[in-house]
Amino acid sequence: MSAPLLDVRGLVTEVRRKGRGWTPVVDDVSLRIDPGEIVGLVGESGCGKSMTAFSILRLFPTPAARVARGEVIFKGRDLAAASPDALRRVRGGEIGMIFQDPSTFLDPLHTIGAQIEEPLRAHPFPGDRRARVIELIQQMGLPDPEAMVRRYPHQISGGQKQRALIATAMACSPSLLIADEPTTALDVTVQAQILSLMRDLRARSGTAILLITHDLGVVTEMCDRVYVMYAGKVVESNNTRVLFRAPRHPYTQGLLGSTLSLETASRELFAIPGTLPSADAMPSGCRFAPRCPIAQPACAASAPSLEVVDDGCAACHRLALTGRNVWREGAA
Amino acid sequence: MWRYILKRLAQALPVVLGVIVFNFTLIQLAPGDPVTLLVGDYPATEEYTRQVRADFGLDQPVPVRLARYLEQLARGNLGFSFANRMPVGELIAQRFGPTLMLMLTALGLAILIGIPLGVIAARNRGRLSDWVAQVGALAGYSTPDFWMGQLLILIFAVALGWLPSQGMRSARSVATGMQATLEVFPYLILPAFALGFRYIALLSRITRSAMLDALSADSVMGARAKGLSERRVLIAHVLRNAALPIVTVIGYNLGLLIAGSALIETVFSWPGVGRLLFDSISKRDYPVMTAILMMVSITVVIANLITDLVYAALDPRVRYAR
Repeated sequence: MSAPLLDVRGLVTEVRRKGRGWTPVVDDVSLRIDPGEIVGLVGESGCGKSMTAFSILRLFPTPAARVARGEVIFKGRDLAAASPDALRRVRGGEIGMIFQDPSTFLDPLHTIGAQIEEPLRAHPFPGDRRARVIELIQQMGLPDPEAMVRRYPHQISGGQKQRALIATAMACSPSLLIADEPTTALDVTVQAQILSLMRDLRARSGTAILLITHDLGVVTEMCDRVYVMYAGKVVESNNTRVLFRAPRHPYTQGLLGSTLSLETASRELFAIPGTLPSADAMPSGCRFAPRCPIAQPACAASAPSLEVVDDGCAACHRLALTGRNVWREGAA
Repeated sequence: MWRYILKRLAQALPVVLGVIVFNFTLIQLAPGDPVTLLVGDYPATEEYTRQVRADFGLDQPVPVRLARYLEQLARGNLGFSFANRMPVGELIAQRFGPTLMLMLTALGLAILIGIPLGVIAARNRGRLSDWVAQVGALAGYSTPDFWMGQLLILIFAVALGWLPSQGMRSARSVATGMQATLEVFPYLILPAFALGFRYIALLSRITRSAMLDALSADSVMGARAKGLSERRVLIAHVLRNAALPIVTVIGYNLGLLIAGSALIETVFSWPGVGRLLFDSISKRDYPVMTAILMMVSITVVIANLITDLVYAALDPRVRYAR
């Protein structure tokens, strides 16, 4: 097996809440991305998937967040231990990042051209920056590159903004692109275009992609492998085909069961009962136990660890039972 | 752009006219009679008083006087000062320079002190320096400027004797040209500070909150994700975005300075328009009062126009919206 591009080991990210001190929102997460691979990170809103992504570049939306423990090995270097300046050189250089809402992540006061050019100025770039900007705009399938350079964000559409943001992230030809819910804020038709653009980029430049999403449809379409997160922990991971055909964690089974399809349309809509526990009121033992149909008292006693199963891993005390869908057939 | 400026000025014309009519009428309705001042303290004969009243047209009803005033104004004649016995235009022209100097210095102080204070407070949010700046700004904003002026005189002129407290230059000064301009400087410090004090406080508060808003914007995280240095993020993205509300506050609150200058110039015997306004009120010098109030309204209109132009230059969204 070749060396992974990114190897996150035992990552713990904490957020400071007023009067409650530091609370972990990402708890002992490990994940691996190989060169050129598209890896999905899925889970409900608030499960810590975005915080995991932000932790890789230590780029948090709030100042009150920190990587408390763990290693983020990127190309053999530990980014979690890197100096701010060393990390700055990786950001936008070797690792690009795109975000959920392109309209707020572009600066309204600067032209699209200037914003795409910024990473080229921040990192050593040997060629002609302006030519590179035009080339990027063309690659992203944006119309009229010469005019686009001079446009401001408010003058272009949401899909165009996301393309511009991807152009910015790809400016320095990074080997990893972190995409945090890149299509959530876009129209369905535009979503498909952006996803196919990202697939093209991988095919053309071999850029690996970490795709954070709650949309399982996007995952099946895009990802080679998937990590499923629940309440700050990875509960299951596998290659996409196996995970979707035979999920082993009750949570993954529930998550898949609650997606809409023509098959499910005739049946009653399924939803996992209960809600995601908040970071400062985590249940002891298995965090999914309060919502799990096959939970036993033992599940609340100790936290299950990830065990190898069917080419991937799952963290459940009752893996013997999960060979079939526990929601449909219960514990019987 | 010129079309826009002309359009805005044309729109401002009714405003200024309204201010003139309102002020003119209001002043006439106020109790007191300028004729008593004109004839002096000595007992005057009934006939003489009537004569003076007729000479100045004060025997006419208010609408007639207003019509005459507007007619003269249209010809560029601001009227004749009762108290100073000279044309109002000349009188204001004499006093305009010192007031402009005082106001611009106060504004400069406010920008040079208030904005950095706000930036420091925002960058040290929640720490002691932020707290001190915040409390200081609140106290500063709540302090009446004439009181601040007297306090400054007591400390720096009376107790310490470092700076002069009255006037614009020494009565014995014979200097001319550049020398004379430089001589004004020590006289300028205290009144400019007193006038700018609330503005400093206001700007530091606005800057702090504008900075905090700009710092928490997604686009700042986007800029960091590009690998920009913190310095570059601060200058190109945070300060640029924070400048928008700051520019608005600077421009739209210029009225604070104008209002303040009437009191500050009185406290410091500064020979400017503000002091002239104060004197004209106490002497019921109607033409001077009306002219100064008109001038103030024109200044505010122009300041707002400049603010909007600067804002448009900074923000492409506004630039293309019109």
